[in-house]
Amino acid sequence: MSAPSAATVGIVEPATGLPAGALAAPRLDVDSREWLRPLHSDGAIKDEAVARLHALLLRAARFEVARRRPALPYLRGDELDDIANEAADDALMSVLRRLDDFRGASRFTTWVYKFALLEAAVKLRKRAWQGREVPLEPESWSLFSSAGLEPDAEAEQSELLSTLQSAIAEVLTPHQRRVLVALALNGVPIDVLAERLNTNRGALYKTLHDARRKLRKHLHERGLALEQWLEEN
Amino acid sequence: MERPDLKQALGRLLGPAGPEVGCEACFEELDRYVELELAGKDADALVPGLRAHFDGCPACREEHESLRALVSGEQAL
Repeated sequence: MSAPSAATVGIVEPATGLPAGALAAPRLDVDSREWLRPLHSDGAIKDEAVARLHALLLRAARFEVARRRPALPYLRGDELDDIANEAADDALMSVLRRLDDFRGASRFTTWVYKFALLEAAVKLRKRAWQGREVPLEPESWSLFSSAGLEPDAEAEQSELLSTLQSAIAEVLTPHQRRVLVALALNGVPIDVLAERLNTNRGALYKTLHDARRKLRKHLHERGLALEQWLEEN
Repeated sequence: MERPDLKQALGRLLGPAGPEVGCEACFEELDRYVELELAGKDADALVPGLRAHFDGCPACREEHESLRALVSGEQAL
C-alpha cells in the first residue's frame, strides 16, 4: 500500500468555538471537530452523536473480534457478537469520560478506535483463558533447546540456560519471578494475569520490565554475550 | 547457525534492550503513532520508545497491529 498523503487525514485548521478541552488542542481536523461539537452539546443532538459514536466503536470491536476469530474456534458467533457489543459499551464509557483528553494528536476516529480495540482484545484474551489454570511456575525449558547444534555451541547454550535458570531462581523477587515466568515463559496474556493477581496491565509490565533488566544485568556481569543469541547490536 | 526458537524464547524472557515506554504511555500515544506510520513519517523517531515496547509487550503489539489494520483499511477505501 502506498503511503497516504496528508489530505487523507483531513484539512488542519485552528480549533475555535469548541469546548474547553478541545480548545486547548493545537489543531483539529474537520472530521474531528464535527464529532466533538455535538458530543459536547446537550439533548437530542448529543444523544444522536453518542449513538453514532457507539456504532463506530461497535464496528471497531467487531473488526477486532473478526481478526481473532480463527484463534477462537470454540466460540459461537452470537457469543463473539456479545463480546463485541460489551466492548463497544465499555469503550463508549471510557471515551465519554476522557473526551476532554483528546487533543487532536490524531483524528478523533483513530483515537476512539483504540478504546474499542483494547476492550475487545482484553475480553477475548480473558474469554480464551476462562476456566484455565494460570501457570506461575516454569512449565518447560524445552523452548530453549535447539537441535543440531555443534558441540561448542551446545556447551555455550547450556551455560547460558544454566545461568539464566539460576538467575530467575535467585536474583528475582518472588513476585518478579511469578510474573516473568507466567508472561514470558508460559505465555499467559498480561490482562489475564492482571485479573488473577488483582492488579493492572501497567503495574505488571513494570514488574516484568524490572525483572528483565535484572536478568540482563546478571548475565552481562557473568560475561555472557547476549548479542550472539539475540542478534542485538 | 540459525536458532529461531531459542532467539524468540530468549527475546520474550529478556525483553527489548533499548529504552521503552510502559503500557499506559503506549496506549496514550498509539493513535498518533499509527497515523504517523500510515502517513509515511518516521514514527519511531517522533514517538520514541513505542517500537521497543511492542517488542516486549505482546498485548500492546497486537493492539498496534489491529489499529493499524483498521485505520489503513479505512484509508484504502
